[in-house]
Amino acid sequence: MITLKINGLNVTVEEGTTVLEAAKFLGFPIPTLCHMEGLSPYGACRLCVVEIGESPKSRLVSSCTYPAEAGLIVRTSSARVVKARKMVIELLLGTCPQSKVIQDLASEHGVRQQRFRQEHEDCILCGLCVRMCSEQMMAHAIGFRGRGEHRSLGTPFDVKSEVCRLCGGCIYVCPACQLRCTYNQPEKAICGGCGNLEPPCVEKPQFDDMMCYMTPCVACEIKKD
Amino acid sequence: MIAEEVSRVVEKHADRRGALISVLEEVQQKYGYLSPEALQAVAEKSRRSLVDVYSVATFYRAFTLTPRGKHHLCACVGTACHVRGAPNVVQELKTQLQVEPGETTPDREFTFETVNCLGACALGPMVTVDGRYNSNVSTAKVRRILDKARMGTQGEEPASDERNFPITVSCPKCHQSLMDASTPIDGHPSIHLETPMNGSRGWVRLSSLYGSHNCKSQAEIPLDSIAPLHCTHCSEELHGAGLCPECGSPMAVMLIEDAGILQLCTRRGCNGHALDLNEPEIAGRPSTRTAG
Ligand code: FES
Ligand code: FES
Repeated sequence: MITLKINGLNVTVEEGTTVLEAAKFLGFPIPTLCHMEGLSPYGACRLCVVEIGESPKSRLVSSCTYPAEAGLIVRTSSARVVKARKMVIELLLGTCPQSKVIQDLASEHGVRQQRFRQEHEDCILCGLCVRMCSEQMMAHAIGFRGRGEHRSLGTPFDVKSEVCRLCGGCIYVCPACQLRCTYNQPEKAICGGCGNLEPPCVEKPQFDDMMCYMTPCVACEIKKD
Repeated sequence: MIAEEVSRVVEKHADRRGALISVLEEVQQKYGYLSPEALQAVAEKSRRSLVDVYSVATFYRAFTLTPRGKHHLCACVGTACHVRGAPNVVQELKTQLQVEPGETTPDREFTFETVNCLGACALGPMVTVDGRYNSNVSTAKVRRILDKARMGTQGEEPASDERNFPITVSCPKCHQSLMDASTPIDGHPSIHLETPMNGSRGWVRLSSLYGSHNCKSQAEIPLDSIAPLHCTHCSEELHGAGLCPECGSPMAVMLIEDAGILQLCTRRGCNGHALDLNEPEIAGRPSTRTAG
């Protein structure tokens, strides 16, 4: 058992618990995006930053991946944390402004502006779908490809996966939910599981068989060139 | 066939955790690139999911999923080279080769890539061709560099490389000389041998320069095929002891005049060889067993 201090309160947790879990136990809210119970922590979105240690030597870490240490001093909503968190949200907004999840986060945390060039990316590379597919669905159908600027998500060689069972788990967890929405290229679709859900964009040409579950599909409204 | 090769490679690394990169490296070395079949085979043999193998293969610059050209052209676009005019050089290369960086010309001659620093900033703009550096490259020089590359080893004769030295060899069975002065390769008498070709025997001539891999043959020997080498005098096969240290193919053996034994890999395209010298000081070379 380990005792650490979160926002001035002592809490005793089992070894291996993350700071995020410990904070949750005490009821301190920490926003997360790429974290999901049942999936391994990944630390991609940095939304869950907290400050650890004493100033001036304190630092920001992602609480979802940081294991609790004995005597650790954690602050979950210091000025520094709030500032960093807002910046993360702003960056996420810049990448994928059409995502409902990110919009909600922005309004929740009082992010009222977005100073970066809007990208309208399909994917924020949070890796939720990858982990869902491999850890919960045991399919290993999709994964990351490439690196840096060219990092993308999908099946190897962009061909329809043989191991994919069209469970739709990836869409279910996707905070952007546009990656799987392939609009007018049904042959590129990874799973097509969204076809089972409420069909919002049937009127769109060549798009009877593939659609995403957003009503209306926000990604489809955006002109891609 | 790929599957067998791959399973051999995978087995070799089986006892090591995280050997995926080594496996991929070796497979790529063998085939020049990572084909979808090869990746599939690696995934199956190493019991990983194809997704994981694919993401590693696409992550590292060292791996390529498309076949490479004969020559590898790499232009530096690092800061130092940039201010010295690398963008113009890259543009010139693009227009001359008609490909974008990262692509291979349709005739499979060149693979063109850009890199962020070659570590020779003071000499920029830098362009490497098959690992050899060209410094202070200007747009005017580009044509010459490409022409030289097409001619092979950048137009540089292996003979002018001082690390290479000529050897004289004879047959280990009948002890007659295998040297052929009538057909020089690299400016030295060639090593004259025979190999089975389309049912009969055809000639092969190898460069006698140790370090040069130039050779000629009566008919094209397909890449990766094993060509058993025979003596032209006694027709005996030059059966070597052991297997190639690089690819595990059978080796052919020859006697180096008064000096020792030369073994070389019989697989076309493999440059593996081993030198067994009696007298270490011969030709100033370090002693026994230099593989590679
Ligand atoms: S939730 Fe911790 S980094 Fe995304
Ligand atoms: S910047 Fe070109 S070699 Fe360093």
